[in-house]
Amino acid sequence: MIQEQLEVCVNVEIAKDTFEMKLKGEMEQLVDQPGRFIHIKIGDGSFHMLRRPISIADVDKENHTITLVYKVTGKGTEWLSERVAGDKVDALGPGGQGFEITEVKNEKILVIGGGVGVPPLYHLTKELVENNDVTVILGFQSKEAVFYEKEFNQFGDRVQTLVVTDDGSYGEKGLVTDIASEFSQDSTRYFTCGPLPMLKAVKNQLVEIPGHISLEERMGCGIGACFACVCHSTNESGYVKVCKDGPVFSSNEVIL
Amino acid sequence: MKLNVNLGELSLKNPVMPASGCFGFGKEFSEFYDLNQLGAIVIKAATGEPRYGNETPRVAETAAGMLNAIGLQNPGVDGIIERELPFLESLDTPVIANVAGSTIEEYVMVAEKLSNVSTIEAIELNISCPNVKEGGIQFGTDPEVAQELTKEIKRVSGKPLFVKLSPNVADIVGMAKAVEHAGADGLSMINTLTGMRIDPHTKKPILANGTGGLSGPAIKPVAIRMIHQVRQITDLPIIGMGGITTTEDILEFILAGADAIAVGTANFQDPLVCKNLIDQLPNTLRKYGYESLQEVREARCTQVSI
Repeated sequence: MIQEQLEVCVNVEIAKDTFEMKLKGEMEQLVDQPGRFIHIKIGDGSFHMLRRPISIADVDKENHTITLVYKVTGKGTEWLSERVAGDKVDALGPGGQGFEITEVKNEKILVIGGGVGVPPLYHLTKELVENNDVTVILGFQSKEAVFYEKEFNQFGDRVQTLVVTDDGSYGEKGLVTDIASEFSQDSTRYFTCGPLPMLKAVKNQLVEIPGHISLEERMGCGIGACFACVCHSTNESGYVKVCKDGPVFSSNEVIL
Repeated sequence: MKLNVNLGELSLKNPVMPASGCFGFGKEFSEFYDLNQLGAIVIKAATGEPRYGNETPRVAETAAGMLNAIGLQNPGVDGIIERELPFLESLDTPVIANVAGSTIEEYVMVAEKLSNVSTIEAIELNISCPNVKEGGIQFGTDPEVAQELTKEIKRVSGKPLFVKLSPNVADIVGMAKAVEHAGADGLSMINTLTGMRIDPHTKKPILANGTGGLSGPAIKPVAIRMIHQVRQITDLPIIGMGGITTTEDILEFILAGADAIAVGTANFQDPLVCKNLIDQLPNTLRKYGYESLQEVREARCTQVSI
């Protein structure tokens, strides 16, 4: 993990309140697996004391960029959305443990994302598709919140992408779990990231197959020292730290 | 420039240390710099048994600060001695153990165990955590209870004892006098101020615990005022803390009456902050016309009576 001033290359709105930002620097070379995050300082830090953890949506090895997709939910992310090409962003990263997929081969994988939980699954799917067949189910609140459908579709024949919306304004109407049940029999493993109620529902529905869950939690330090972002666990100590031990955990390791 | 400072028996090579609870047990920060550069390390609070702490969310941002309600999560005193202290053993910088409990007996047991470990050079008595239902703050808001507890700890511990005072009191001077009378070797001040935030969407508190401890630059003036007040009535060493982010902040704390300082929330924003403050401190002191830390202490602000 390093601290680096990353240069903003691109920062554009790709869906309602949702921005895609590309950051250039050395940090990209340290991103060894999908699902890790970078911890970004907001402004000069004097007003916003806490950094914002944002999951890595993709890396570009040739151009040394990291892609982030984030939602503007408050003043901090609003500041981030106002950065323009050439600006520098103070980043710590890459943080945490991502999706461990080196052993995952020749499987039928279910990838389930909800809202702002979708971005890390893009990088994940890109890596998974090299050796596996992948069904991607993406859930959004409404049509205007949908992003990255086209990008997931570009992965070719081995990826099938389905979109659901809460209000039915785009794709199928319903929840990701409504569709996931259709594929649960044929799938060997699932990966998921999204709001907690969705993660709980997915975990409860797909008990038969191994699962990997990426959690979100309000963080303090982001490096494992402050114990702000813990989650109940089945391990000996009874807890895991989302920033250091996660954000990705085995489904049987965490109690949601 | 000489930055070394003596806090009674405790010798520090410089006045900068991380504050308890903001630095874990050091390991994570050792990835960023050599911890030997620090004046001291104050480790996360130890209780008798392992504690999970409060439910999440445990942190919330505020203007120039943050609220936390971790709730003293820790692996328990035995777990800390067994699993966390070996890493700190080889360091050439004093380690200060923060001690907490729900009862006087628990405090005493934890302090005794940690005092018997050679890695620990001093004890910081945590009588001011606002985030636990039992123990914590009520020990730090009643001078008689604080006095009694300090006495009991002194009975079992030969290590220098710093009592960490809570700002959530009407009479900080009375608290300082009470623990000094009971034998405290020094004071740490201040802990966090109890605060609260409410989410306008849900109309509920943002923190799962309801309230939390406010820290960061937002509380610095309170810390400066309290240290200044307490310095008028005692010669005990004071470790000052509360929103320190810059070397100018350090200067201000020492002018108020602190002998050393601890950095809390700023470690979350920048894991290298303590190292950077130590590196930059001589330049800042020179900028304000000081040739040593001792000169700053001698220039202490004594004019204001509050």
